[in-house]
Amino acid sequence: MMRTNDFRARKHPAYWAFLVHRVSGLALAAFLPVHFWAMGQAIYGEAALDEFIRFTDRALFKFGEWGLVVLLALHMMGGVRLLLIEFRPWSGLRKNWIAGALGFGAAAGMAFALALIG
Amino acid sequence: MAKLKQWRPNKRNSHMSTNLKVKVWRGGEQGSFASYDVPRQGSQTVLDVVTYIQRHLDPSLSYRFACRVGMCGSCAMTVNGVARWTCRTHVAKVAADGRLEIAPLSNLLVIKDLTTDMSEFFDKWARAKGQFNGKQTRHDDFARVDPNSRERIAANAGIECIGCGVCYASCDVVSWRADYLGPAALNRAWTLVNDVRDTQRAERLRAVAGDAGCHACHTQGSCSEHCPKQIEPTAGIAGLKYLAAKAAIWGEL
Repeated sequence: MMRTNDFRARKHPAYWAFLVHRVSGLALAAFLPVHFWAMGQAIYGEAALDEFIRFTDRALFKFGEWGLVVLLALHMMGGVRLLLIEFRPWSGLRKNWIAGALGFGAAAGMAFALALIG
Repeated sequence: MAKLKQWRPNKRNSHMSTNLKVKVWRGGEQGSFASYDVPRQGSQTVLDVVTYIQRHLDPSLSYRFACRVGMCGSCAMTVNGVARWTCRTHVAKVAADGRLEIAPLSNLLVIKDLTTDMSEFFDKWARAKGQFNGKQTRHDDFARVDPNSRERIAANAGIECIGCGVCYASCDVVSWRADYLGPAALNRAWTLVNDVRDTQRAERLRAVAGDAGCHACHTQGSCSEHCPKQIEPTAGIAGLKYLAAKAAIWGEL
């Protein structure tokens, strides 16, 4: 076994951006089958879908939905940053986009929370 | 070696302790940290600390250095968890609390103590087609490359690599998949891809476009953050990804 690095070598914004992008991506990928299953309820008719949607109209599901919105916002902005890095002329690790992604995620989270309680 | 001027406390540096507490990796793959007390000196580098230990405390300590001025790339080690060139890393910069932990570079086989086997690192340069291959001979005139051309500027940005292995040791992708070419080899490939005199562009793109090449990079940026020469291998890797994608679209890969 070779020696490997610990957190001390990873203490910089580009690594945190990688972590956020990876964790949000995995979480969203894990949610997708549940999403498709929920949509699939429509196969059993409008009533079945409505019943399922009514079932999800409670605080825990709303909190989960809020989490999904935040994850989507972070993942989308992180993805745009990666595309800019790989397809546009080099301009550093684009840490301004890391800060922007965090701000966008926070704004999206607060806007969605406001819409929920409004 | 000339004896280093003894460090003495004064108004500017009186906050420093007079002794450094230094932990140094001893052994090979299996080993442990040994502790040493090293006198604090003015303008002391981490390499000075290692040299002091070897010359005054334990002559069996193995480490590697040559130029001591940041040109040869042989003295890189893991200092307080971060890969650095030790000859140009001041103790004052990394050991604010008077403590140092010095280990061999990560992601490389440890031969003994602080020396690593760099052969895999350089073999990957060869695998990434890191050799220049021109078509002109000594009888031809000099090639004329416009210093302001896009290719020359791109090559310039990566050409100062000294092969110290800091980027390679800092990269988690290298830890995760052993066959990943790594930032230094890909940076070398990128400088050659931008060398208009080189004749192996297509072969080189094929060599770096595989699973273990540029597309394995996750853009964590540790290579660019830690490179002591301020080279950004992430730039070259992103450039290679772009060229490989373009070549694939045009059926040239």
